[in-house]
Amino acid sequence: MGGHLNVNHLIFLGHGALWTVGLSVIALVGGGIVGFAIALARISPLKSVRLASAAYVQLVQGTPLLVILFLGYFGLAAIGLQVSPLVAASASLTLYVAAYLGEIWRGSIQSVPKPQWEAAEGLALSRTQRMLKVILPQAIRIATPPTVGFMVQIIKNTSLASVVGFAELMRSGQIVNNSLFEPFVIYAIIAVVYFAMCYPLSLFSQRLERRMGRGRVNLAPA
Amino acid sequence: MQQNAFSSEPIVSLRDVQKSFGPLKVLDGVSFAVDRGEVLAIIGRSGSGKSTALRCIDRFEKVDGGEIVVCGHRVDRPDVNLRALRQDVGIVFQSYNLFPHLTIEQNIALAPCAVKKMATGQAKELARKVLAQVGLEEKLHAYPEQLSGGQQQRAAIARSLAMQPKVMLFDEVTSALDPELTGEVLKVIEQLAADGMTMVMVTHEMGFAKSIADRIVFMHRGKVHETGPASILTSPTTPELIQFVGTGNLKS
Repeated sequence: MGGHLNVNHLIFLGHGALWTVGLSVIALVGGGIVGFAIALARISPLKSVRLASAAYVQLVQGTPLLVILFLGYFGLAAIGLQVSPLVAASASLTLYVAAYLGEIWRGSIQSVPKPQWEAAEGLALSRTQRMLKVILPQAIRIATPPTVGFMVQIIKNTSLASVVGFAELMRSGQIVNNSLFEPFVIYAIIAVVYFAMCYPLSLFSQRLERRMGRGRVNLAPA
Repeated sequence: MQQNAFSSEPIVSLRDVQKSFGPLKVLDGVSFAVDRGEVLAIIGRSGSGKSTALRCIDRFEKVDGGEIVVCGHRVDRPDVNLRALRQDVGIVFQSYNLFPHLTIEQNIALAPCAVKKMATGQAKELARKVLAQVGLEEKLHAYPEQLSGGQQQRAAIARSLAMQPKVMLFDEVTSALDPELTGEVLKVIEQLAADGMTMVMVTHEMGFAKSIADRIVFMHRGKVHETGPASILTSPTTPELIQFVGTGNLKS
């Protein structure tokens, strides 16, 4: 056996945890930018844009993240694009997160009551002005609780990046376990660390949702 | 001036307007015109097409046939400049539709700043002026949810006024209000009429229509069934209008 769990192992796991956070941030930012574009495309006045973005969302939502990660890492290599585990994991998670955030945000935009659009239209605002000054500020309030909730999913899903050899928390745990062979202790530690990252976000999301209930947004004008 | 050249032209004119929602014919050859400074009230039962007719004027509904000219804009044509049209036309809705995330001042200043590129200071001055016009100066910095229904509707009227429209459309603006609050909104509209604003209103307030409207259009089953001065409400000629005013209350 490879000895006992010591502080060096814990530091190694700590690095992995930092990469989990880093990968989550990359996925959130990348997925957020692409997802915002997807949300706008889903409600575009152009039918072709709506169809293309809907097809993208269906395709990604109908594919396991694990498969997307393999495709990103091994697939790109097969066509001659050698990418690092970090790039492969970032790109795959971005595409994955974008499809979900795009749908959450499309729903939020569309749940701003239609008369708000009409009132803005009646005031001669352009489509862009209506979106930026009237609809999005209201949609953001609606979108915040589910978006924070989805961040929990992102954090947990980064663990799948371990399969392409990216040393985030899960992969770090596997590496430590390979030398110590104490799976229960090590994976219990890892579970606690994931929980410690996700639970505050879950609580925050719930609190936001409760606050929404008595917020300024009036979802059903008289 | 351009205004003189068009002074004999009506501000709003509908000719033989047709509109269907699926198999349902909502407007079946509707024609009427509104001259400058005139107040036209459209009355009729629910489902008679009166709100649809009003919404066609601001092109919230596209018509299937006929001709609509509003302040020189050919609204029935697909290439109509919507933003130019909507700068000339103000519309006030039944549900107020103030923007909940903005103060009353911001609600009012938004369009003048964004559409007319007015300076912020000037727009704030304008907001104060139009709010005074509807008697709500003290609510400048309030949010819509802090106002009563009647106050919200008056603020919505002020927001429309700030764009200095040539004609204002009112779509059952008092239907969501109780009688007490209805009164304060009607008083604002009365003042606008006295100031010479051209207005088209869909209303259920028969007494109000009678006292303020220069002309009444009674719609029935998608057609203009009877039209004339406000006196047609007291001496209707068609059986449908007789029955309609009979069911409403004409106290005023």
